[in-house]
Amino acid sequence: MLLGKVIGTVVATQIYEGLEGVSMLLVQPLAKDGTEKGAPVVCADGTRMAGPGELVYYEGGREAAMTLNPWFVPVDHAIVGIVDGVEAPNWKGGPA
Amino acid sequence: MIIGKVLGNIHSTINHPFYDGQKMLMVERIEMDGKPAGGYLVAVDRADAGPGETVLVLDEGNGARQVLESKDGPIRSVIVGIVDDINVAKTP
Repeated sequence: MLLGKVIGTVVATQIYEGLEGVSMLLVQPLAKDGTEKGAPVVCADGTRMAGPGELVYYEGGREAAMTLNPWFVPVDHAIVGIVDGVEAPNWKGGPA
Repeated sequence: MIIGKVLGNIHSTINHPFYDGQKMLMVERIEMDGKPAGGYLVAVDRADAGPGETVLVLDEGNGARQVLESKDGPIRSVIVGIVDDINVAKTP
């Protein structure tokens, strides 16, 4: 899993069966010091509670789809949890 | 499995039910000589590790689910050991 910051939402009305009602969020991946790193990815929100501005951790690959129910859905990144705080040296990502 | 160094703790209240009560640590990938290899990951701790320690991280889904005794947990990375020493044999 990696840390990321939710920077926006994605709306899709026509969507694969099983993904109806699952919110899609734009997530900016963060480096180990909390700075932005790489290109944003679209994540399905497994918590159903994340929103723009929040610090989250997300899973990639096959495990991403397993955050959802039904889990056999075409998803490659999914938010697993919302971060309350990070205790690490050199962390510049700020509080959640 | 990969070798990493624990950077610190991550706290979370709202998460997937599978992660309820799990201790999450931020782990930096390191080379065999201890230097950062670039990159990090967030892993569930099953070895009572703490910040600063060198750890062994299982980074594969099926094995991780086996460790956590789950059939459908959305997990891939688990800390399964604390490394005491690394010896690199010199090849001729």
